Amino acid sequence: MSAGRSTSPAAGRRGRALTLLGTLGPLIGLAFVWLLFAVLVGVDFLKWDNQRLMLLQTAVVGTAAVGATLIIISGGIDLSVGSMIALGTVVVALLLKIGADPSLAALGGIGAGLLVGAAIGAIVIGHVGRVAAAVVGAMTVLWTWDAIAPLLSVAAGVTAFAVLLLFNEYIIKRIPIAPFIVTLGMWGALRGAAKGLGDNQPVYPDDLGWLGGLMANTGHGLGSLLPPGVWILLLLALVMAGVLRYTRFGRHIFAIGSNEQTARLAGVHVARTKLLIYIVGIGCAGLAALLQFSYLNMGDPTTAEGYELKVIAAVVIGGASLSGGEGSIRGTIVGALIMTVVDNGCTKLGLDNWVQDIATGAIIVAAVALDRLRHRRGE
Amino acid sequence: MGQTSPSPEPPRLRMEGVRKAFGATVALAGVDLDVRAGEVHALVGENGAGKSTLMKILSGALHADAGRMWLDGVPYRPRTPIDGRRAGVAMIYQELSLAPHLSVMENILLGVEPAFGPLLRWGELRRRAAEALRRIGREDIRPEAIVSTLSVAERQLVEIARSVAVGCRVLVLDEPTSSLTQADIERLFDLIRRLKVDGHAIVYISHVLEEVRAIADNFTVLRDGLTVGGGAAGDVDVNDIVTMMVGRDVHDLYPRSMRAPGEVVLQIERIAGVRLPVSASLELRRGEVLGIAGLIGAGRTELLRAVFGLEPVTSGRVRVGGHVGPASPSRRWLQGVGLVSEDRSREGLAVNLTIADNLTMPRLRGLGPLGLIMPRSQHRASLPWIDRLGIRCTSPSQPVDALSGGNQQKVAVARLLYTDVDVLLLDEPTRGIDVGSKAHIYRLIDELARGDPDAGRAPRAVLLISSYLPELLGTCDRIAVMCRGRLGEARPVRELDEHRIMLQATGAEGATI
Repeated sequence: MSAGRSTSPAAGRRGRALTLLGTLGPLIGLAFVWLLFAVLVGVDFLKWDNQRLMLLQTAVVGTAAVGATLIIISGGIDLSVGSMIALGTVVVALLLKIGADPSLAALGGIGAGLLVGAAIGAIVIGHVGRVAAAVVGAMTVLWTWDAIAPLLSVAAGVTAFAVLLLFNEYIIKRIPIAPFIVTLGMWGALRGAAKGLGDNQPVYPDDLGWLGGLMANTGHGLGSLLPPGVWILLLLALVMAGVLRYTRFGRHIFAIGSNEQTARLAGVHVARTKLLIYIVGIGCAGLAALLQFSYLNMGDPTTAEGYELKVIAAVVIGGASLSGGEGSIRGTIVGALIMTVVDNGCTKLGLDNWVQDIATGAIIVAAVALDRLRHRRGE
Repeated sequence: MGQTSPSPEPPRLRMEGVRKAFGATVALAGVDLDVRAGEVHALVGENGAGKSTLMKILSGALHADAGRMWLDGVPYRPRTPIDGRRAGVAMIYQELSLAPHLSVMENILLGVEPAFGPLLRWGELRRRAAEALRRIGREDIRPEAIVSTLSVAERQLVEIARSVAVGCRVLVLDEPTSSLTQADIERLFDLIRRLKVDGHAIVYISHVLEEVRAIADNFTVLRDGLTVGGGAAGDVDVNDIVTMMVGRDVHDLYPRSMRAPGEVVLQIERIAGVRLPVSASLELRRGEVLGIAGLIGAGRTELLRAVFGLEPVTSGRVRVGGHVGPASPSRRWLQGVGLVSEDRSREGLAVNLTIADNLTMPRLRGLGPLGLIMPRSQHRASLPWIDRLGIRCTSPSQPVDALSGGNQQKVAVARLLYTDVDVLLLDEPTRGIDVGSKAHIYRLIDELARGDPDAGRAPRAVLLISSYLPELLGTCDRIAVMCRGRLGEARPVRELDEHRIMLQATGAEGATI
């Protein structure tokens, strides 16, 4: 009996120590690079304005990375973040251009993210046929709208949708597809949609309303301390950290990433949970698009190229495992900050862009190597 | 407990006339099983007797072709394992199914977490998990501990606690002691007795018959998919159980020509691995077939893998011909040693590559000029082996997964012959293949051990692992028995029979007779 009683608390202590190291590891890394550049650059780096700038530079990638954290913890991946952000900026700009209220335009941008998330999630869990039916139905209405009576157009769309849906439910049924593939496809398709909607051009709305001020100092209240975009990121991070920790949905994300079969056997609604993960996760990318739009003051189909990899890098530097089951919002935010600090510091040092790229690459590999080392100790 | 007079209330679990066939293979030919509440019922039988199939049907993972089941007198027809769990049937497999990144308490209540709307009630979660741990008598396991930091024994207890917490009525333990230390086994038995008093019905599957006698009230013996015996476990002789387990006629499938053992080609001295084997020594001679018998989990596969360099050797010595010491698999191939894995589809073969690719994989030299690999040469090099082993296929460029299991296995064996190895390490080479292919492989083993001086083929040495005893007795010259990681002395086949091997393998008799 005594052996069992003594091992458990010891294992628990060791587990606690490792968990602590796991959470503090990225933070130590951040402190290290920050101090390094503080010493190398000096006052220019240390100024409050520069701190504010770095937080601002983190806002877009950080917001998208919070969503990607959920997806990666569940064992999935999202390669379409950059394209989603571009599409989001174009949607917001177009809505403003046709005279929509800024609040409505903002909802439109976030809604685009939620909708794309629902499509990706549905395809991942096997409903590629249903998504195709919905897309074809919607396209039919759009194409025929100008040519025929509205009622006929809607009827044609509904018919196309119904026929394809029946075909799917009886013949195709469910075909789950790996998230890597689905989002690789979306990486191309969403960028294409953005270019199509914007007619291959940036979209300049006439009046931005409050949407123009998210990434600048407002000059009063909290906005004078940090731009609203940074507050949005911090609030989102706080809420998502709470969701991951304190809701069944959050714990099921970890369970699915840790051992999907067990989760299914234990009665976790794996498919439903995955769908929600992608809706929420890519909804965050929609929010990031809003920030990017505010930063650019236009909708740009070519913006945010390569952001998907920055986002994944932030999540991974923050201690998440690409095989699922591990990761935290705090780690992700710190991971995103590490990359910004390196970028900013290198620029301040007058180093070329290629140095930053190599440094970022090295940090990604080093962070994961350190994490693996921690795991080996834990065994 | 033992057998009491029939009670008026129905048994907790009744299975009646359960049949299941996989294609032409009949796994279960009408099995009955009754387990009362508060009873520990042992299910014993050789590997492949149908125990796991029966339990998969009970859990809902498989569907019976015929037969019926009742839980507490109510018909029970699970469509999925989730149905089984909801009805109160819990399985604890050898390979535990926990989410390693989550805490003990989350694993215990996974899927049934107490919540207030979407919000998890952590306090309630911890309280209920602690309650489940208290009911199994292990308050010392902290509910907050992360599962990956626990020992195997503790993880097993977490699974049992999970079953208790979700209110299981029938608990199935599949070889629960196979990776436990003696002290942990004692603790597990205490727990089983406690669960029994709480009124759980427990099905206990084990090969270790002494354990069965120690913990079970009643037992049922399965052989070739049939119930062949059973009764009260307390007053039965282990010998009698073994007789029921192995009592079958041996077919004359096994050719055996005169073999003349030559020099020692593989010598193993007291090697040990990380966990298994514990200690194993043997000498394998050219022109000899040496068998290793033992139960699943005894460490036979680990021994072969350690010799071949797939797993680390922590102590002891391996000598292959003139080479001493551990080596990587690529060195072993060069030294003339080849391995056929027990896991054909995942490790043994690259199933989506072609026959020619698989055959030539260990030795890609001489298949074209300048070290290039010409598909035509690969093709040509494969043809003689396809012919010699009777691999039924359309061409060497057919993907392996288009072949039947038997033909796939022939490809795995042909790879060793193509590479021209002297020592063949065969791990369950006939598992899951049809009788025709089996006969082919037995014939081949015999030919290899005999050699053919006329064709200039020297005799080879074969080390054969099998869980099917007639096969070992039929093909081998000597057999050594492995039990709990220790390899006994190899004895000539004529001194052995199934009964003696089974006694050694189940630990009922010392490894040295």
